[in-house]
Amino acid sequence: MKAIFSTTLIALASAALLVQGPACAATAKPAATATAPQLLAAQSELGFTSKQMGVPVDGRFKRFDAQLSVDPKKPEAGKVSFNIELASVSLGDPALDAELAKPVWFDSKKLPQASFQSSAIKALGGGRFEVAGKLNIKGQARDVVVPLSLAQAGTTTTASGGFVLKRLEFKIGDGEWADTSMVANDVQVKFKLAFSGVAPL
Amino acid sequence: MPSHPSARHHGLTIFLHWLLALAIVGAFGMGLYMSDLPLSPTRLKLFNWHKWAGMTILALSALRLLWRLAKRAPADLAMPAWQARAAHAVHFLLYLCFFAVPLSGWAYSSAAGFPIVWFGVLPLPDFVPVDKLLAETLKERHEQLAWLLALLVLAHVAGALKHQWIDRDGLLQRMLPGPR
Repeated sequence: MKAIFSTTLIALASAALLVQGPACAATAKPAATATAPQLLAAQSELGFTSKQMGVPVDGRFKRFDAQLSVDPKKPEAGKVSFNIELASVSLGDPALDAELAKPVWFDSKKLPQASFQSSAIKALGGGRFEVAGKLNIKGQARDVVVPLSLAQAGTTTTASGGFVLKRLEFKIGDGEWADTSMVANDVQVKFKLAFSGVAPL
Repeated sequence: MPSHPSARHHGLTIFLHWLLALAIVGAFGMGLYMSDLPLSPTRLKLFNWHKWAGMTILALSALRLLWRLAKRAPADLAMPAWQARAAHAVHFLLYLCFFAVPLSGWAYSSAAGFPIVWFGVLPLPDFVPVDKLLAETLKERHEQLAWLLALLVLAHVAGALKHQWIDRDGLLQRMLPGPR
């Protein structure tokens, strides 16, 4: 679930960035439109916090990618897609990470990727956006809306945000782990996605 | 010799003694059983219950120590001086372990990145950073201290039974609940 949320967030962020980028480029530097925004993996983070019997446990995904395409004139028509390698999940403990690869959790051998595909982007003003789309994890597709905000520093544009994913909607932690008194259904997803090639906002 | 069998411990002292005896035996048994379990909801449950029990033992031990300092124990029964010294040494080390075992477990939890949320409600602060190597060391210390506590409990129980069955001096009655 965490992965799904994360993916969604990233996708939303990416979409927002793309939309903003082309628009700015068009007004300031027409040449910039030729440069598609690139995810700066080293500066990006995709993390989550789940609760086990009330104890917050932080995790993250090490490998993910995003593709953006956007019409600067119509940010609402922009598209963001996101892929997360579920096997790259880490709770910081190799034994737990191996556990998460099992079918009851992410089943990452059978379905290695989680994905997000945006369907609508809404500008809320003040650098804030809402990206709606479909999040697909473990063969379960759900509509999600991810709020995010954009900040620019130099040539880097950073989208950050978070949302709550219901892990059971994606069968993350199935069977004996479905008990939400043990592992809460709500998983807080947090992301920080850095992109290059986004025109000034 | 101040050997009055009637010099019983205070009711609260007796209550805390047996409550903590039960909690410590329970936490030790859980700790022993859970450490080799494969990852499962049962293991997760036992680890959290063990931590909750440990923190309860820590809090009750603090209360107990304050109570003991405020209300001195009755005088020793007649016994050879070395036996009295040995009993006091065991008591002193037991009290040390009442604090050292839970505190090392708390630190181990923090270092492992799984902080304690007391009874799933009250998050306890982390006084050591998340550090896997430190966590391994603290885990070993926690286990060693728990075994030391177990040995001290055995010595304590053996001493009490010696008084009950060999010396027959009524020492055990002083710590048993019942009419004065």
